Amino acid sequence: MSQVMLGLNNGVFYAILSLGLAVIFGLLNIVNFAHGALFMLGAYVALLGFTSLGPLIGLPDFHLNYWAALIVAPLVVGLLGIVIERTMLRRLYKFDHLYGLLLTFGLALIIQGTFTNFFNVSGDPYDAKPEFLNGVVNLGFMMFPKYRLWAIVVSLVVCFGTWYVIERTKLGSYLRAGTENPELVKAFGVNVPLMITLTYGYGVALAAFAGVLAAPIYSVSPVMGSEMIITVFAVVVIGGMGSIMGSILTGLMLGMVEGFTKVVYAPASSTVIFLIMVVVLLVKPAGLFGKES
Amino acid sequence: MNKIIWIVLIILGLLAPFVVYPVVMMKLLCFALFACAFNLLLGYTGLLSFGHAAFFGGASYITGHLVKVSGLTPELGVLAGTLFAGLLGYVIGSLAIRRQGIYFAMVTLALAQIVYFIALKAPFTGGEDGLQGIPRGKLFGLIDLNYSYSVGGSPLALNLYYFIFVMFCLGFWIIYRTIHSPFGQVLKAIRENEPRAVSLGYKVEKFKLIAFVISASLAGMAGAMKSLVFQLASLTDVSWHTSGEVVLMTLLGGVGTVLGPMTGAFTVVTLQSELSSVVGSWITVIIGCIFVVCVLAFRRGFIGELGRLLKRSL
Repeated sequence: MSQVMLGLNNGVFYAILSLGLAVIFGLLNIVNFAHGALFMLGAYVALLGFTSLGPLIGLPDFHLNYWAALIVAPLVVGLLGIVIERTMLRRLYKFDHLYGLLLTFGLALIIQGTFTNFFNVSGDPYDAKPEFLNGVVNLGFMMFPKYRLWAIVVSLVVCFGTWYVIERTKLGSYLRAGTENPELVKAFGVNVPLMITLTYGYGVALAAFAGVLAAPIYSVSPVMGSEMIITVFAVVVIGGMGSIMGSILTGLMLGMVEGFTKVVYAPASSTVIFLIMVVVLLVKPAGLFGKES
Repeated sequence: MNKIIWIVLIILGLLAPFVVYPVVMMKLLCFALFACAFNLLLGYTGLLSFGHAAFFGGASYITGHLVKVSGLTPELGVLAGTLFAGLLGYVIGSLAIRRQGIYFAMVTLALAQIVYFIALKAPFTGGEDGLQGIPRGKLFGLIDLNYSYSVGGSPLALNLYYFIFVMFCLGFWIIYRTIHSPFGQVLKAIRENEPRAVSLGYKVEKFKLIAFVISASLAGMAGAMKSLVFQLASLTDVSWHTSGEVVLMTLLGGVGTVLGPMTGAFTVVTLQSELSSVVGSWITVIIGCIFVVCVLAFRRGFIGELGRLLKRSL
């Protein structure tokens, strides 16, 4: 049970990341390979904001605290995303969607390569989490680290919040309409290009948010994103990117399955998600929540 | 005209080891074959596989293991590696073709990751160290591939070079024949308009799968050759970086051109070996930048652009 709870902790990260991928895919029709790298970048914004930003701007006592990092990192990465969309991705919409994947793959190499040059691949610890989230809490059936519980709760809030905005609000209805038929929505006077830019920005900001949440749990390393993204791709294949709720639920579920596998047969825990993907491809090729095309 | 180009290329290939250091040349040939095999899938069938390292690296482990531990002769080792990659290609291919487009890329990437984990954990692969000290052995049990001829005072491993060169030509010929066969025409039809190919009565799935298996086998052959040249099979060969690199080689040289992937492979491998001593690990960033520039402004690649200038398909 405790492993399943710890698995849920991975699961919420899978959920946030695959949610971001699904939102981006819905409107832009590209798979954002840079998602993992931007997740890593979010963690580094938090880490460097805490350790190096103060000395850099001449205020040696200044440390960007955890709460500020939770806001600042998504903003910084979101802005970077907006720049990427405006300067590069925009030029590719009229070509095959595969080019978007290749472009973002190149960006992932650039971001990851840059950080590999400055930081240790084995990772640095991030110790800026707030005092009161230290220690454990009694859940009745197990003792659970407070911070991990916080990460799970806040991730779920963000995931379901995003789902609510997209599925239940006016803004979300524009977004869904844009996914269905961008030309028609444009004809109604909605600024679709701006919507696309902001969607990409929001999608990658989610990745950065997950990165900050993950920073105190895992060590912050340049390769944390690339390990994550391949697993998240498998999650996305299993769930299908057609449904927002589908990608959230698939992420959570697979995190728990992974945690459970650690108990049953530990060596398989790193591959179990890929094996589930194989089974899903055999049984229901369109994915659990996908529509048959 | 075409014949002249081929004859010139073959003569260049035969003379190359006297000009370029043979190991460098052999590395170029291995990656060139890898990229050509990959291009059969991306360029001629329109399928983007992001997991081709699994075949390249997987075969290099199999060949390395069989030659080193079971004492197979090198040609049988390469054959075994190729067959293994073909088999693996059949398994991965039949799963991946169940999804189209962007999902196809993600499925191949994820399946290749399973192969990576196996290479990391299996008892015979040497884990992080890889499989080292793979003997080159005697071709057909007769010709010593380790033998170096002294030409102008410098030792040249010509036996091995010509073995690799012949294997490369064989692989390239298979790809060339495939592209220019009626089968290849159907592949191109699928690339251009899949629903139309279906409506014309072609069993698209079957064609895709056969193309995938051929591509995987030849990628495996390239990997098997590489393990003999470097006497090493390593985790890098099965990692997603390698899968990405072969995409770049093909893109840079020209997707869907006969000579493009070879050109791209030569460029990328040369860049890597020349630059890595100067810029160290910044090479990943440079590769990433080339990727971005290529996708944004140079989608036809070297040979594609050249073909456009000459108004003919190369």
